[in-house]
Amino acid sequence: MSVTTLLSRGVALRQPNWIARLFDYKPFLIVMCLAPAIGLLTVFLTYPLGLGVWLAFTDTTIGQRGIFIGLENFQYLLKDSLWWNAVFYSVFYTGIATIGKFALGFWLALLLNNHFPLKSLLRAIVLLPWIVPTVLSALAFWWIYDPQFSIISYLLVDVLHIRSTNIDFLGTPWPARFSLIAANIWRGIPFVAISLLAGLQTISPSLYEAAMLDGATAWQRFRYITLPMMMPILAIVMTFSTIFTFTDFQLVYAITRGGPVNSTHLLATLAFQRGIAGGELGEGAAIAVSMIPFLVFATLFSYFGLARRKWQQGEAND
Amino acid sequence: MTDVAAQSTNVASATPDTMAWDSRARRVMMIYLPLACFVLILLFPFYWMAITSFKPNAELLNYKQHNPFWISSPTLAHIKHLLFDTAYPTWLKTTMFVAIGSTFLSLFASTLAAYAIERLRFRGSPYVGLGIYLAYLVPPSILFIPLATVIVQFGLFDSPMALILVYPTFLVPFCTWLLIGYFKSIPYELEECALVDGATRLQILRRITLPLAVPGLISAGIFSFTLSWNEFIYALAFIQSGANKTVPVAILTELVTGDVYQWGALMAGSLLGSLPVALFYSLFVDYYVSSLTGAVKE
Repeated sequence: MSVTTLLSRGVALRQPNWIARLFDYKPFLIVMCLAPAIGLLTVFLTYPLGLGVWLAFTDTTIGQRGIFIGLENFQYLLKDSLWWNAVFYSVFYTGIATIGKFALGFWLALLLNNHFPLKSLLRAIVLLPWIVPTVLSALAFWWIYDPQFSIISYLLVDVLHIRSTNIDFLGTPWPARFSLIAANIWRGIPFVAISLLAGLQTISPSLYEAAMLDGATAWQRFRYITLPMMMPILAIVMTFSTIFTFTDFQLVYAITRGGPVNSTHLLATLAFQRGIAGGELGEGAAIAVSMIPFLVFATLFSYFGLARRKWQQGEAND
Repeated sequence: MTDVAAQSTNVASATPDTMAWDSRARRVMMIYLPLACFVLILLFPFYWMAITSFKPNAELLNYKQHNPFWISSPTLAHIKHLLFDTAYPTWLKTTMFVAIGSTFLSLFASTLAAYAIERLRFRGSPYVGLGIYLAYLVPPSILFIPLATVIVQFGLFDSPMALILVYPTFLVPFCTWLLIGYFKSIPYELEECALVDGATRLQILRRITLPLAVPGLISAGIFSFTLSWNEFIYALAFIQSGANKTVPVAILTELVTGDVYQWGALMAGSLLGSLPVALFYSLFVDYYVSSLTGAVKE
């Protein structure tokens, strides 16, 4: 009797100790700590990524397991003028929007880097377009681009008398393309500006003082101090911005859904239209996979193209 | 910076009086004017959204008799329609549930991961960190088709749970990276002291590291919340039934009906859908800005 109680008490005493010791055992603790994150990422990111590549080589449709058909999906895409259209517009959209976002965002960052009253309030306000759900601000743009009641048309026609007819923003291909790019730039400026502002604030004022003593003009200070010092951070922000602009979906889906006459399809919206709405999972996956080479290229280009300067100048300048 | 430059260039030629005027005018032209234009353009869509949602339909579609930039007789009809005639409150609830659920899940996973990578330091921990970071570069547009089949396999199609489980794929990389930065800034000596005093690793994490990393946790939480509130493509692809839709998807798919758009209701829905994030953001704006810039600096 007494033996059993002693034993059970011993077990009871040892149990928490044993668990505590297990949790203090470093390899076990490392595995336990990494398990949730790695598990989630493996199941919902790595596995689907591989599955997506596999689906691209099959003729899977919704409700039917496909069989391996080799490169047929890609051969079909290469002959598909809609896909070429989407490739063209994705590259065009990314190119123009990135240039616009960085030119305007850098300018805004330089402006915000000055001292003036209410600076922190202004900085907070400026970020708003980036905070608000893209689809919801896209709806506002849709309304601003309305063919009949566009406020921009109203300003140009009835207030300023520059034009005599309303602008048909979304009804014809080229205006629609540029309208979407404008909305994308509007949404992207705050992120670029605030990230670059952080970079600007790390540049030591003594560099500017030294340059001014040497008689450098404002442009020279920008060109030979600000720009080189900003290169590393520009490279990172540009890499992110390029990737997320190229794979953009929401804005186009919300405003034009790829229309008019499929002229504003990005690869992502085309993949959605074929893959989910049309049910051709295999073909949709092939379109999605066809984005990968462009993404890799854009990443390498923007990262190494810009970051190279950092190596040329030596280490430790970020 | 510019006014100093203006002064130094003008010293030789101008009298002090004109110089002062010149530098002030220059400052207005070079800084305040462009800044005002930026703020005007960045905020105009929100103003337009807000003003449209309180305009009666008669004013909304008649620019000849009413100045479109102002409301002469504001109305709550659109908001009333939204709250009582549509499932808008349900969508708000679903979105809130999904955003909070995925935020907590990702905070839990990324706190542990960041702690393991930064503090438990094992062979290969930098590579694990890099791997998690690279996951952030995989855009949802590539993943949504295969993920849809995975979700169907798991029997989670059309359920908000699917979104809670999927959103961490883009939240965890970001939060982990942010928290690694925060853990780095906490002196390691504090943990060493506790170790010497006989505390276990988990006690250290709970009693010492986490309380010191609260600002980091808050920024990661705000980020996760806004990102999951704003997410669109997964919610569009994985949710079918009206009641389970999140606000951004529901407004676009349920409120846009027919050929005549109810602009008042649409804008009211957008306004209400933006408000929670905007409010949340305004409460923690400093954390937000610092985490955004801190994450980029990494």
